[in-house]
Amino acid sequence: MAKGRVSIVVERCKACGFCVEFCPTHVLALSSAFNSKGYHPPHVVHPEKCSGCDLCGMYCPDFAIYGTKAQEAKIEETKLQKPAGGEK
Amino acid sequence: MLNVLDDTINPVEPFLRSDRMPHIWCPGCGIGTTVNSFARALIESKVDLQSLALVSGIGCTGRVAGYVKLDSFHTTHGRAIPFATGLKLANPQLNVVVYSGDGDLSAIGGNHLIHAARRNIDLKVICVNNLIYAMTGGQTAPTTPGHATTSTNPYGTFEPAFNLPHLVDAAGAVYVARWTTFHVRQLSRAISEAFAKKGFSFIEVISPCPTLYQRRNKMGDGLDTMKYYKEKSKVKNGAPTSEVGMTLSGEIAVGKFVDRERPDYQTLMRAQYVEALGDRYVEEAVECACSEG
Amino acid sequence: MRADPHGVLTGTHFMDGDHACCEGALAAGARFAAGYPITPSTEVVERFASRVPTVGGSFIQMEDELAASITLQGAVWGGAKAFTVTSGPGFSLMMEHIGYAAMTETPCVFVDVQRGGPSTGLPTLPAQADMMQARWGSHGDYEIIALCPNSPQECFDLTIKAFNLSEEFRVPVMFMMDEVVGHMTEKVVIPPADQIDVVPRKHTRKPVEEYLPYSTNGDMVPEMAHAGEGYKFHVTGLTHDERGYPNMTPQTQDKLVRRLQNKIRVAADRICMFEEDRLDDADVVVISYGITSRVAQRAIDLARERGLRVGKLRLITAWPFPDKKIVELAAHVKAFVVPELNLGQMVREVERAAAGQAKTFAVPHAGGGVHNPDDILSAIVEATRC
Repeated sequence: MAKGRVSIVVERCKACGFCVEFCPTHVLALSSAFNSKGYHPPHVVHPEKCSGCDLCGMYCPDFAIYGTKAQEAKIEETKLQKPAGGEK
Repeated sequence: MLNVLDDTINPVEPFLRSDRMPHIWCPGCGIGTTVNSFARALIESKVDLQSLALVSGIGCTGRVAGYVKLDSFHTTHGRAIPFATGLKLANPQLNVVVYSGDGDLSAIGGNHLIHAARRNIDLKVICVNNLIYAMTGGQTAPTTPGHATTSTNPYGTFEPAFNLPHLVDAAGAVYVARWTTFHVRQLSRAISEAFAKKGFSFIEVISPCPTLYQRRNKMGDGLDTMKYYKEKSKVKNGAPTSEVGMTLSGEIAVGKFVDRERPDYQTLMRAQYVEALGDRYVEEAVECACSEG
Repeated sequence: MRADPHGVLTGTHFMDGDHACCEGALAAGARFAAGYPITPSTEVVERFASRVPTVGGSFIQMEDELAASITLQGAVWGGAKAFTVTSGPGFSLMMEHIGYAAMTETPCVFVDVQRGGPSTGLPTLPAQADMMQARWGSHGDYEIIALCPNSPQECFDLTIKAFNLSEEFRVPVMFMMDEVVGHMTEKVVIPPADQIDVVPRKHTRKPVEEYLPYSTNGDMVPEMAHAGEGYKFHVTGLTHDERGYPNMTPQTQDKLVRRLQNKIRVAADRICMFEEDRLDDADVVVISYGITSRVAQRAIDLARERGLRVGKLRLITAWPFPDKKIVELAAHVKAFVVPELNLGQMVREVERAAAGQAKTFAVPHAGGGVHNPDDILSAIVEATRC
């Protein structure tokens, strides 16, 4: 089982490519799908290689992707508030 | 699978005004990346968010104030630092961050930058330097390196550029560092160090402006620029700031250049008044003739 | 609310207008000033620098007026009542931030001790030539309140009023002194603190989840919060909606800018203060303000001695301009005489408001001294003959 998991907020992505480039284990690639703005968001091609380091999240200028460690996912949910409002 | 929402949240999300996403910054712009590092620093240094105030000026970086869920003030061009000074003096309990761009802070705001550094006002200044005036369409900034093409130097710049770390070091800043948007963790650490320090801290972050600076100078897009930062940056902690100037395509010196101790403005002020007035000195208080209740 | 006694220098004093203005600010609860030296205003902040360390609060001399005019606003959002002080050239530099205060609804006071202009002009001599600038100096549509004291006593009393109005309407107030009023020394009586009425900040009592920084109800003035209280609000000079978020559409612009205007205009009756004398039987009314009103008084008294039916209207509030009063008077007087230490500024407002119902005679003076009462008297005589 992978040590981490990537979450992608598709509609925020502007396909800059930072996450794909700087993921240390090459988990991601730009997909051929489009979001509503016409960008190709990334998708996970090697989920088993994800360590949950969140470097993708640190690099993303659009707050459109983040990584979480598998065990932490449950703990984070109770600690932090959900974001208010939804995406447009 | 293209995932959307699950039950985890982005560590940066609690710091954002989610109701204002997506933001206006271009694809490949580095400002959002600096916000991630900033949010990380807030988490790691356990800064009390309630007593944190963020002040920005005008420009692309200035828009940060509108996207963070903090007491935030989007002020006038070049004047974030004096506004921040007023905030801090009226309420010394506040932790005041100035988050603005290179043009805003060093051109129109240059005078205020050097005086605040001189006085050692307890402010944490994050200067996102994209080497250009981006918001207004790509004009020359005091930081634009020589021989770059801009909209106001269509035949190439010829003015010497500011070396911002050197400027603020000479003016008296107690913490001076430079990183790029590639150095996400180092930047975060630098911001945490600034929070732990009293006095005028200045962190310059070199960031891409793919739409204007990089495009006009045929330097590729945001990702190309990030790769360039990775390749050309050289960590030079403690380097003399006079030696860290940047050129169009040369090496970028990054690291912590200055970390020294100097009493901050309010410490000096207090000491002076206590010496002169003794018991008669009334410590500044937030004496707002406020609500009656 | 009663004034905080720590800032009130109760007693009978012999002091000049600049000093009295400083005492007025302290009595009003001002605990922060940012300034930059400029003749003939500097004494106001010099006194503040000397007084505030024993009262509580702080003063900082900034590197220029551009900084001073916004440093004080940072202090306001940090919880203090704050002001700055300047004269013509500095007033010009402060214009952008006066607009910022109007746009963000930051309550604060800008004192302009007017001197000869334009440009460097006459640093040590009076004029009243910044009156239009006080109203229109910054770009865009906005309203301000401007008060004109004519004595050191009024420099004390009206400064308190200026702060009170700024808090009530969340608007920058221009305190339009002139070099003579600022540098003349007269008796100033400062009452005990419990006799001084002070308007507190319109601070919200709403819980964090309900608070919107720019939402208003009937009086068009939003409730304020300060940094550090947990409200996590946003303030911007961009056109914004009730959440304080930039919202750059014609609809939001219309709504916002009209409210900024109306919150003052609708309350003009309450804001406009003037001093009247012998208006009931007047054929001619002399309208003046500041130091000129004292010279005008002499001219009016001389005219009355000659049997001319002359009345006095002294503007204490110059902006918003008391249109209603002018209209009322224009219906039954022949003419207005408007002496000013400028080449014709407020006279234009008189003319506009009179709308041809009464004639207007300007008595301009380029500044550098005060009028000779005879010059005002000649104008009065001419006006009675028209």
